[in-house]
Amino acid sequence: MAQFLQQLVNGISIGSIYALMAVGYSLVYSIMNFSNFAHGSVIMLGAYFGYFCLTLLGLPFGLAFFLAACGTALVAVVIERLAYKPLRDRKAPFLYFIITAMGMSIFIDNGVIATIGPTPKIFPLARLPEFIRGGTIKLGVVEVGRVDVAMFVITVICLVALIFFIDYTRVGKAIQATAYNMKASALMGINTSFIIILVFAIGGALAGVAGVLYGIKYQVYPQMSGITMKSFIAAVFGGLGSLPGALLGSLLLALIETFVSGYLSTQLRDIFSFLILIAMLVIRPSGIMGKSMEDKA
Amino acid sequence: MEYIQGIIILIGINLIAVLGLSILTGFTGLFSFGHGGFMAIGAYVCAIFVARLHQPFALAILAGALSAGLVSVVIGRLTLKLKGDYFCIATMGFGEAVRIILNNVNYVGGARGWESLPKLTTVWLTLALDLVFVVVTWNIINSRQGRNMVAAREEELAAQMAGIDVFKSKMIALVISAVFAGVAGALMAQYMQFLRPTMFNMTKSTDLTIMVIFGGLGSISGSILGTILLVSLPELFRDFAQWRLVFYGLAVIVIMVGRPQGLMGGLELTPSGIRRAVAARSARRELAAADKAEAAE
Repeated sequence: MAQFLQQLVNGISIGSIYALMAVGYSLVYSIMNFSNFAHGSVIMLGAYFGYFCLTLLGLPFGLAFFLAACGTALVAVVIERLAYKPLRDRKAPFLYFIITAMGMSIFIDNGVIATIGPTPKIFPLARLPEFIRGGTIKLGVVEVGRVDVAMFVITVICLVALIFFIDYTRVGKAIQATAYNMKASALMGINTSFIIILVFAIGGALAGVAGVLYGIKYQVYPQMSGITMKSFIAAVFGGLGSLPGALLGSLLLALIETFVSGYLSTQLRDIFSFLILIAMLVIRPSGIMGKSMEDKA
Repeated sequence: MEYIQGIIILIGINLIAVLGLSILTGFTGLFSFGHGGFMAIGAYVCAIFVARLHQPFALAILAGALSAGLVSVVIGRLTLKLKGDYFCIATMGFGEAVRIILNNVNYVGGARGWESLPKLTTVWLTLALDLVFVVVTWNIINSRQGRNMVAAREEELAAQMAGIDVFKSKMIALVISAVFAGVAGALMAQYMQFLRPTMFNMTKSTDLTIMVIFGGLGSISGSILGTILLVSLPELFRDFAQWRLVFYGLAVIVIMVGRPQGLMGGLELTPSGIRRAVAARSARRELAAADKAEAAE
């Protein structure tokens, strides 16, 4: 029982970080209908921003965290303006977006390797506030890392804020409308160009938060975008383009992963994730909660 | 001399996989991010036949190609009905699943890799096979099946109405591309003399697709040109080893944004293709002149 609870807690902790990353994929997909593979690289940049704000600039943790989120929001918007907007203006097929995103990912990842270097960086523990430093908290029979608790709390705060923003504000409703039908929204007076920028900024800011948290828990290194593939699978699993789907998918995927590696074997974990992805696509490509795809003739 | 030969062999091997992908992507309009997986199957099966079962190389290549083809039939049955993004994502999941499964098969070296394979791939063998595959590709494209594929790419519904079995056309294109990738993988195994699952990761699959797009969708000569350029350019920039992938990513973005039709833009480097290109250019010029005259009036 204790082991089961421990796995459950681990799963929720990993699931929360997946969710933070998956939301970025889903938000962009809901508006632009393509999988933004550059998102993983933006997450990686977020981790580096946080790390350098903390070590090079010696800023306090809260400020470093905030600046990292701002930095990645800016990067995401710049990517949109430079790479996706020309494609959008030309009404290019979605595949050009994917390839461009992949090119962007190759460019950023290797740019970081070339300038900063491939060696992993570790967040200096001494510069972190108490609540996110190493050590564990005992909850009954379960031991939880402080990092995990902090990760979970920060993620929940971000996601609740996001859901509130999208469901209860005017701008949030405009985002929903644009996701539903971009042309009609533009006709109704919504500035869709601004909405797209906003969506990239929100996704980017969340990527920054996710990057810093992930970097604190593990390490900061240029190939981090490979790990974010998992959160993409989670987004597909839950249903691309659906926020609740991204959350549910992340949680389920993380739980399945931790239970597989806990009870079966660690090697099987990744095979499982990809087989789940393929199985989901075969059975129900729109995911658990996504809108079903219809063929527009 | 050895070095130049090495580059020629690498171009030749990649060309075979790219030609197959050109049929699938350029002519049938299906994008795959998982052909590294088919290459891996070809490579490992070929290596098993040569190094473990001590069979002749020709038989081993055949076995590798057939295995890749058989797997592609299963994958096609499962995924070819998927629309848009989802086919890409499914192929990506397939490619990664193959890689991760290979990581865990100790019979072929697992994640550490499989070393000291015999070197059987020569420059002449590669070039001869290239010639064969170019001719085969050319004939497929100009056959009834090839025209069906193009019809499926252009307008699926209309093609179906005209009596074309679109699913079958797509399936044929997928199997052909998988067989080509299998042959390329088999040659790769016996040229590199070692195999490691990471050689066939998602980056490899993306590289192949990028070569097709770089050369221009729907053009065989474009695919050839794209392969030659994209394989040899990074080799020429070996001295800037760290920066070459940065430039590579940048090149992908620039071509997607600036010249989406690729180098050849769907035209062929044959006398009739050049005639058509010249005719199209002069027609455009006349049109522009007519427009100008009209505006002047």
